[in-house]
This record gives sequence, C-alpha cells and structure tokens, in this order.
Amino acid sequence: MSELAVRVEGICKQYRLGGPRERYSTLRDQLDKLASAPLRALRGRGERSDQDGLFWALKDVSFEVKRGEAVGIIGRNGAGKSTLLKILSQITEPTEGEVDVHGRVGSLLEVGTGFHPELTGRENVYLNGAILGMRRTEIARKFDEIVAFAEVEKFIDTPVKHYSSGMYMRLAFAVAAHLDPEILVVDEVLAVGDAEFQKKCLGQMGEVAQEGRTVLFVSHNMSAVQALCPTAILLDAGRVDRVGPTGSVVPEYLARVGKTRRESAGPRRLGPELELTDIRFTPAVFPAGGRTAVSVTLSASEALSVDHLCILIYSLTGIRVAVADLRSPDAPYRVRASNRLTVKADLRRVNLVEGEYTVGLYLAAGSWHGDVYDLTSFEVTASPEPSRVTPYHPMNRGFVELDHGPIRATAISFLEAIA
Amino acid sequence: MATIDILPARQTQAPSDITRIRPSRGWRAINLREVWRYRELLWFLTLRDIKLRYKQTALGVSWAVLQPLFTMGVFTVFFGKLGKLPSDGKPYALFVLAALLPWQLFVNALTQSSNSLVAEQRLITKVYFPRLIVPVASVLSGLVDLLVALCLMVAMMAAGPVFGWFTVKPTAAVLTIPIFTLFAVLTALAVGLWLSALNVQYRDVRYTIPFLTQFWMFLTPVAYAASLVPSAYRLLYGLNPMTGVVEGFRWALLDTDAPDWGMMAVSAAVVLVLLAGGLFYFRRMERTFADMV
Repeated sequence: MSELAVRVEGICKQYRLGGPRERYSTLRDQLDKLASAPLRALRGRGERSDQDGLFWALKDVSFEVKRGEAVGIIGRNGAGKSTLLKILSQITEPTEGEVDVHGRVGSLLEVGTGFHPELTGRENVYLNGAILGMRRTEIARKFDEIVAFAEVEKFIDTPVKHYSSGMYMRLAFAVAAHLDPEILVVDEVLAVGDAEFQKKCLGQMGEVAQEGRTVLFVSHNMSAVQALCPTAILLDAGRVDRVGPTGSVVPEYLARVGKTRRESAGPRRLGPELELTDIRFTPAVFPAGGRTAVSVTLSASEALSVDHLCILIYSLTGIRVAVADLRSPDAPYRVRASNRLTVKADLRRVNLVEGEYTVGLYLAAGSWHGDVYDLTSFEVTASPEPSRVTPYHPMNRGFVELDHGPIRATAISFLEAIA
Repeated sequence: MATIDILPARQTQAPSDITRIRPSRGWRAINLREVWRYRELLWFLTLRDIKLRYKQTALGVSWAVLQPLFTMGVFTVFFGKLGKLPSDGKPYALFVLAALLPWQLFVNALTQSSNSLVAEQRLITKVYFPRLIVPVASVLSGLVDLLVALCLMVAMMAAGPVFGWFTVKPTAAVLTIPIFTLFAVLTALAVGLWLSALNVQYRDVRYTIPFLTQFWMFLTPVAYAASLVPSAYRLLYGLNPMTGVVEGFRWALLDTDAPDWGMMAVSAAVVLVLLAGGLFYFRRMERTFADMV
C-alpha cells in the first residue's frame, strides 16, 4: 500500500474539562489537593479517579487518506476537528491510538505564526519559513516569489508593524502558500485577506491538490470545502460520523446544523486570563428587517484591555455575511482583574434574508486575539410586512435584502427615445 | 500570478519517511537528531531574540553596558569602599565586574529560558518542532550581552594603567573564558529546563525567579571573594556551580588564584545531573505543553 498517505487508527484524545486547553493550576491548588487526598495526588494523573472532570475531544477516530487525495474535515465547533489536526501536526499527542504519516507534513494551523511586528518583512519571511519547517536555502530560493505573491516588494525591509492588515496577511499567507510538503494540513486559514487574495490562495491550493499533494483541510466555509475537496469527513462529538463524497456529506451536515437548537455555547476559555462567558441574541428569532440585540460577556482574571470586539455573522455554508463592530468609540474597554465586561448593542433593521445564521467573534483582548466560531446562532424569519416579501426562494436571494426607496418606473415609447 | 515550483520528481518519488504518532509513555531521552534537524529554527529564534532584545528601547544595546556598570558602581561604593570587603588584592571595581559578567549572563539566561515556553505559547500551540529549541534559543541570545559587557571590561582594564589607577595584566588563562561561559550557559539551561517546564503548569514559577536569582547571588561570590569561605567548606560551596564560574572568570581576567579544581569537579557533577534530569523532565512534560500552556 504505497498509496497510503495518512492512516489514522483508533485515535482518542482526552482533555480535562474547561475547554480544550487544560487550565493551568497554581502550586497552591496542587498542595491543597495533596493535603486533602495525599495518595491520590501523588499517584499522578494516570489514575485520577475524578472521571467527571474529563472529556473526550476525540473518541476512536479512524480513517485513511490516499496519496494525492484532498479531504475536507467538517463538523460543528467542538466536534474535534482542530484537535484532530493538532494530533496530525504532532502538536499534541493522542491519548490512545496511532497515526502513520507517510511523507513530510506541513501544517498550517494559523498563518503568520511567529511573525513579530518589530521585525522587517524579510526577517519575518525567514523566521516564519523556518517555523513552518522550510530550510534556509529553500526560503532563499523562493524568497522573490513569496514577496511577489504577497505584492509587498516595496516594503519588504520595513518592520511589519507598519504594514496594513491586508499586507500583513498577504505576506503571511505567501510564506505558507510556498510551503512544499507532501502532506498539507490546513485549518481555517482561508478566512483571511481580501476577496481577491482569497481567490488567489484558493487557486494556489487547488493547484496544490491537483499536483498530487495530499491535503487535509478543515473549514467552516462549505463552499471552500466543496471547491477543494472531493472527499469529506464529518466529525460529530469527537467521532467520525460520515466519510464520503463531499457532495453528499455537506448537505447532510447543513441539514443537521439547521435543526439544532439555538443556545449559547457556554463559557469558553480564551487564553490564560480571559473567558468568553456569554454571547446571546435577544430575541434569537426575529423577522427579516427586524431588530434584535446582541450581548457579549467576558470575564478576565487579570486586568486587560479589549482592543477589538466584533460580532461575525455566518451563513450555514460558512460564508461571513456581516459583522457588527462593537469596539468602544473612544478608548478600548478596560476590564479589571476578576471583573466582567458586558457589551450590549441593538442591531436595527437586520436586513438578512430569512434563514439560520451562526455567530462568531473576532476578539483582541489581553494576550489573546483571533476568531472564534459557532458560538451561538439566530434565525431570521420571513418578514411580516407583506410589501417586503419577495416571491423567490430564500436560497436564491443571497444573504442581504437591500432596502430601497419608492420604486419609480418610467415607460417611454421608442419614438420619444429617438427624439 | 506566481506559482509554486514543484519538482516533478516529487510526485513519483516514494515518500521520504514514515512518521508514527502515538501516545508516549514514561521517560524518554531527548531526541537529539530531531533537534539537529531543526537547527536552523534554533538559529532564527536566537537571531530574533537578539534583534528584539533592545528594539524600542531608547538606549538600545547600551543597556548591556549600563547594567553591569551601575551594579558595579553601587557594589564598589557600598561593599568595597564602605564595607571594605577584601577583593584578593585586586581593585574592587574590576573584581566585581569580572564576576558580574558571567553572573548577569546566568541570571538573564535563567530568567528568559524559564519564561520562554509561556512566552511562546502561540508558537507551541500552532506548530510542531522540538520544544527544547525554545529555552535553548533564549539562553543563547544572552551571549551577545556578554560580548558587549566584555568590551566594557577590556576598556576598564586598558584605562587603568593609562590613568594610573591600577595595572592588571591578564595571563594565558584568559583563553579559558569560553569554557567558563559554557559552564554558566549550561548551568542556566539546566535550571531553565526545569523551571520552564514547571512554569507551563504552575505559573508560580514566574514569581519565584526574581527571589531565586537574588538568593542565589548571595550564595555566589559576586560581591565578595570566595576566599572568605573557609576552605573546609569548599567542596560544599561547589554545589553552587556559579561559584566556580565566577572564580574562573576572575582567574582568567584578573589573575587571581585559580579556582579549586576539586570544587569545580563537584560543580560539574551538579550541572551534569541537573541538566540530564532537566532534559528528561522536559521531554516528559513536552507532550502536554500544547494542552496546558
């Protein structure tokens, strides 16, 4: 079976509760534990008896990927997609099971990992390339191409802190796109850059897949998965739910997501000092063109400032449809140690076409920044105003119903037009 | 639009290697071949740390001179002039500076490496590479400061006779400086490996380090001469590897008495044990770094 690229067999991954990251403890906690149950604490983690604090992020996951195959991994948040990629990228170890990887793996769980704002574009390309596992000679050889791809030739010796966010992402992606592994593991990285650049990157990745490289691709963007990957694996609650042609797995997934109830995903830890305690839409069901209110609650264990806070609204197909910027108009929000911050805003005239939307968040607070997806969802129902109801099926109406003023129609005869 | 050049051979080539990923159990030796494979990353991370060290500081790299210079000044006034601590017959200022060179290298390397894994959590949770590279890079980047501070030492030694303050002639022993530097670096790394891995799980470590280094400085003959310690306790004193390093620097630069080689042997053994233990402990904890940091 020389054709096999990845063989995953019986992979399980166990985490302690409190999000996929184990919360670090202080020595005092440990000493407390030691005092209350000396034997148990000394025996160590393997034999911990409090099973209720543990959960399986992945449970008995097995599949095979052939060489040259492009496989999409889909599933709801918390289904174990990212954990799976982390295991395949050797960032974290499985608790049980084993994986055979035939060939050099390049993993892109994030673009621009290790980019430092104080370093120049050139320095960052070399550093980032080395972090992604490229050799110095290889980076030197591809350097001009990378810079041309990112279209930052003029600024390559400027510290990247002076770059626009678009330039920054382009450069970061350019390095990633020139990674040349036999097996490429990609997570959500297409959700960056302007539309033009996304298209370019999709093209580049499509090329990669066609040229016989094995690709494992995680995304919330169903159209990207459909465009890139003939095969898809649907994960659900840490198990492989379905493996099959993308064309049949994706609709099944969408149908399932549509049926789930709208509720907040519960507290989620974002970095060491920050927790997203709650995010909700009230009401969570409202008519097209109606109003709703969004509220976000963060808890901080240390004092920090919230520099970016932006609600991301996604269609079920994973396309970002709208955002609502909730930054404070003047200074960033400051949260004191062990305080909560709740930000509320009314969203007036939400002109979304009826359907189900999922909600994510872009956040930069304290040491944490990034996107989180699938936090909650809301449903837009058909507008009660008869004048607003369009006879076309919602599927054909895009995502936004544009408001328009009174319609003026003028009919002129040909003769008049000529005259 | 640019395209990736893919060597046509690659598609037909058999995959170069098979990696097996499975849960590891128990204690494992550090995989030095893997670390060697990532040596370029080690180089780039070290280079980055060096470049970033004094960026956005008004005084830049002069900090590497100012820190030992001011510490030397304070020590000379209080311990040398007012406290009248003996300095093996050498000018007290030089005597202290010769000790501060390896000492500050050690303290910086220890502090940086202990915090390194937590500082690089973004990297650790997103990319695979041998984690050992992170603390090693942060230790190595401190060597530049030592070089700069050495220039200060040389300048002072040259200025002494010119202004008629003192005359100190270095001997051939000056060639042993790299050895004592290596000794200091390995000591810092040995302790840094333990602390960085512990720091991932217990953030208490962060608060312990300033206390630890301060405490350690009093146990090291930085402000005073090692000859103050009765010779009967010499071997015991060797349990602190930095004693030998400081003594060595003084011997190499100022021609004081050579360090007690028996004591050095004890120190070497201590470093070796700490380092080996640190490597194993680090390796054992390594697999959980991404989940815990």
